[in-house]
Amino acid sequence: MHHPIKLAAIAGSLALAVTACGTASTDKGSAASNDLKSLPAQTSIDVPADAANPAGDGKATCPANTTVAYIGAQTGPNAQLGINIYNGAQLAIDQHNKANPGCQVKFKKFDTEGDPNKATGPVTQATKEADIIGVVGLPFSGESKATGNIFEQVGLVHITPSATNPDLTKNGWTTFFRALGNDNVQGPAAAALAEKLGAKKVYVVQDDSDYGIGLSGTAQKALGSRLAGTDKVTTGQKDFSAVISKIINAKPDVVFYSGYYAEAAPFDQQLVSKGYKGGFIGPDGVKDDQFLKLAGSASNNAYFTCPCLPGELIPDFAAAYKSAFNAEPGTYSVEAYDAMTILLTGIDAGNTTREKLKTYVAGYDGQGLSKHFKWDETGELATSTVYGYKVDNGKIVSVGTIG
Amino acid sequence: MISLVTDSQWISFDWSALGQNFWSVTFDGLTFGAIYALVALGYTLVYGVLNLINFAHSEVFIAGAYACIFTLTALGFGPSPLDFPLIELIGCLVLACLAAMAASAAVAFVLERVAYKPLRARNGSRLAFLITAIGASFAIQYLIYLWRGATAEPAVIMFIPSPVFTVFGTTVDSMQILIVVAAVTMMVVTDQFVRRTRLGRGIRAVAQDPDTATLMGVDRERIIVVTFIIGGVLAGAAALFYVMKVPSGVIYNGGFILGIKAFTAAVLGGIGNIRGALVGGLLLGLIGNYGQILLGDSQWTDVVSFVVLVLILMVRPTGLLGSDLGTARA
Repeated sequence: MHHPIKLAAIAGSLALAVTACGTASTDKGSAASNDLKSLPAQTSIDVPADAANPAGDGKATCPANTTVAYIGAQTGPNAQLGINIYNGAQLAIDQHNKANPGCQVKFKKFDTEGDPNKATGPVTQATKEADIIGVVGLPFSGESKATGNIFEQVGLVHITPSATNPDLTKNGWTTFFRALGNDNVQGPAAAALAEKLGAKKVYVVQDDSDYGIGLSGTAQKALGSRLAGTDKVTTGQKDFSAVISKIINAKPDVVFYSGYYAEAAPFDQQLVSKGYKGGFIGPDGVKDDQFLKLAGSASNNAYFTCPCLPGELIPDFAAAYKSAFNAEPGTYSVEAYDAMTILLTGIDAGNTTREKLKTYVAGYDGQGLSKHFKWDETGELATSTVYGYKVDNGKIVSVGTIG
Repeated sequence: MISLVTDSQWISFDWSALGQNFWSVTFDGLTFGAIYALVALGYTLVYGVLNLINFAHSEVFIAGAYACIFTLTALGFGPSPLDFPLIELIGCLVLACLAAMAASAAVAFVLERVAYKPLRARNGSRLAFLITAIGASFAIQYLIYLWRGATAEPAVIMFIPSPVFTVFGTTVDSMQILIVVAAVTMMVVTDQFVRRTRLGRGIRAVAQDPDTATLMGVDRERIIVVTFIIGGVLAGAAALFYVMKVPSGVIYNGGFILGIKAFTAAVLGGIGNIRGALVGGLLLGLIGNYGQILLGDSQWTDVVSFVVLVLILMVRPTGLLGSDLGTARA
């Protein structure tokens, strides 16, 4: 019984050696040798002077049991985004409670793992706790869609700092507010980013999620005649060789991947391995350090669109965040901070019931760190900005606003 | 585009895409087919000897993939390609291959001893074996899940394939050649082993008639163990090639679909038939890729593969080359 193993092993290694010897010149797959324009990194940002401050005037009073909550991923494959968000919210609470001895707002967290199937449990639990009068969350479009009705039934206001699917505001919910632009803005922004890069041909690949399909549609429309082709992949797909064959034949300047980083990373990496030299644009679902980690040096060709502000460029915010959590602000940390600040200013103004706080948020009109907040009757912001990002020395950095 | 369902865009055949990409898709399909074929051998050999469809073979395979990833990570490989001298690179790959083979063979061995041998000792029914196989598959899968979690292992890039030659306007790269040549070599060696050696004769004898083989002095238990280990070794090699081709594909349930495909390949070629596994594997790799390009959506890869399986089995119920390990001739 030693024999077959040995034989097979020897045969295998021989074959390895023979073919590998024939290919001694191993190309290192040097990235970014394409004709795309380079976009300079953004080094500073105009911080609005009149942004709402969670500290307020320091004289606020409120009942001792006043509680707000974060509901969203704390664990699971997408935990990092949740951590960025509840840290941003936590920072606002800490600043508020420190400045206002008469109003100590409690903060509770509920874990959904970012999974629409698991989100209903924690949301139901939170709505049953009468002390909770406002919520920051939920982070993802799928889970927001699955739980919006539960919030609506009990009249509990919730502000999402990150869910971008446009249809979420078409359910007639009065408790749902979106603290960022939706994918009707992000799709055209992706086309604008490709244009900025000087791309004449853009290939669009979408996954099978509501988010990916919706975003791909708005991006394709905005691209018009610059669209070089489209393709579809599935969640959990690992091998993309057939799609990549088509892309290599179509010779696009840029590939736009409409989906999440779990598939985008192996996709980009296999694309580069096959000799693709063009650029790669991913939306906010791809803009994550995990993408860089999973795709390795292949990610050097990547750019991102995101309706999120680069929090690390706001000096005061970045410093406070860093000293509190020993980490740089992540994607959607600023948006979460703003969302929580809005709830806190409402509480400070005496709106300490679910009904009053909901009315307060619906009528809110004020400046935040990330943008001006004023919602229409569906919970959509009147104005919103999309930022472009690129990979620079193994880090994701902003290249300023686009579209 | 030619639409099948005229009033909607439900199914349409994109012949021009297939025409443009025919050869690149063919070469990729053959590469995957070679990997399917190696895994298919494990199903076929065990089926030949035990008349058992070892559904846990996909986990034997994924264990090898984990061993391969761990070995290469320990050697310093990662998501970014490294600039290793060629000799060192070959050394590392051989080491990873051996580790993968050892891990897969070990899992196959333990599986046989823990799950199947007790059933044989109690004369379990075929249904009991089948359910045990499925149960073992899930048990191993979720043990890995508990250990490694729901996320895929970080990619390990072994090398960036370099173009070797161009045919029909399509480049064939070093990785494709390496995988196909190495896989086919190993299958030929396995085939010859079963046909020419003493142990191979034992395997054939047990496959033909276990009782008579035992009467003739063949140690049936030993033959069964050897068969599982050979299947494991080949699955380990397949795992190396799989990680080479799909560097980020190692996840707790990553063997499942590949296992089903390999099983399909075995059935397609004729289960129990070693050469059938090779033919079935290569064919399945090609069919899946052609279907995907033709229908323009990755979701079609599996649909097309299984539709073709059903069609072929309707015409040839024993698979393309017939299903008999026992009657394989030297």
